[in-house]
Amino acid sequence: MAKIIGGVATTHVPSIGKAIAEHKQNDPYWKPFFKGFDYVHYWLAREKPDVAVVFSNDHGLNFFLDKMPTFAVGAAAEYKNEDEGWGIPVSRAIAGDPKLSWHIINTLVADEFDITMCQEMLVDHAVTIPMTLMWPGEKWPVKIVPISINTVQHPLPSLKRCLALGRSVGRAIQSYPENLRVMIVGTGGLSHQLDGKRAGFINKEFDQLCMDKLAGEPEFLTRYSIHDWVEESGAQGVEFLNWMAMRGALTGQVREVHRNYHIPISNTAAATVVLENREEAERKAA
Amino acid sequence: MQQDIPGTTLFDGDQARKGFALNRMCFSFNSAENRAAFLKDEDGYCRKFGLTEEQRAAVKSRNVLAMIAAGGNVYYLAKLAGIFGLNVQDLGAQQTGTTVEEFKEKLAAAGR
Repeated sequence: MAKIIGGVATTHVPSIGKAIAEHKQNDPYWKPFFKGFDYVHYWLAREKPDVAVVFSNDHGLNFFLDKMPTFAVGAAAEYKNEDEGWGIPVSRAIAGDPKLSWHIINTLVADEFDITMCQEMLVDHAVTIPMTLMWPGEKWPVKIVPISINTVQHPLPSLKRCLALGRSVGRAIQSYPENLRVMIVGTGGLSHQLDGKRAGFINKEFDQLCMDKLAGEPEFLTRYSIHDWVEESGAQGVEFLNWMAMRGALTGQVREVHRNYHIPISNTAAATVVLENREEAERKAA
Repeated sequence: MQQDIPGTTLFDGDQARKGFALNRMCFSFNSAENRAAFLKDEDGYCRKFGLTEEQRAAVKSRNVLAMIAAGGNVYYLAKLAGIFGLNVQDLGAQQTGTTVEEFKEKLAAAGR
């Protein structure tokens, strides 16, 4: 059976892609962010995932505002990136696992999540940057199942709904008959606001609360409405929905094994977190 | 009724309807060819996408707050800004009426 090994959540700001292309990882501005990936690299080398289920939001590459699915699941054999218009290098394509995608789709719909199924899907920097951060400069050793959550055009799904979506994805993976080691990724955030007179808003205290609650008490965070979230975390801080879904997919005993938090990267409070998932059977055996 | 969040325009159905033509034009800037076409003939390009008068004036003035008032979504506006080599700190500075250096300092201060 497939096994959920844990999750990685990270900021996905486009300028990180530029910094990588220009080899700025050790510049004083960038180092506090990139050094947060040393542990991630160690953890991935140790845990050796086969597949990553990636929760992220599209920023106008695959989806325009003409058709905006609340939740969309990729079911392609390959996911391409293309020019996003803001000057970051186009990434190489990422391999998919359509068989696992369809298993997740079937489970989600059976669980009454009315998702959109995508046999073709472009992935933007919200997928390619975390992939490049996790596995820099080498062939990606995992296939992906991308799941897109609308964080752009309101109304957005609630935190509660995204946690439940993640839980359903977790159940799907646990019932998948192949011996795969599956990791979950949530991208974006933390607090930031790009638009309006409130541009540049960052809320360190709230970000810390979010990270403190994520592993052990994610339900606590479902008390916030989307409106509350915009107020506390900024207009684009709602990308935390991807983190909630990631956390939901970790169905066992969850603990935080790594956290890096740094202000600012671009206009954003940058954060990277690794959560380890221990399933029931392992806990009993231990 | 929820209270407005100061300095913040939620991109909701009203904004999405209002800004459709402007955002659709900005969406087209994913293509380098379209970015070049815009630079070559801005008026013609805006006409092709049927921008409203308000949207056309906002684009012409390069004023981000005016573009948001006309229904622009910041992820799409950032693609337009990219044509002029502007990043989100440049946009932030313009919207908050500060210099880029002051805006960056405000961001850094949030971490202290």
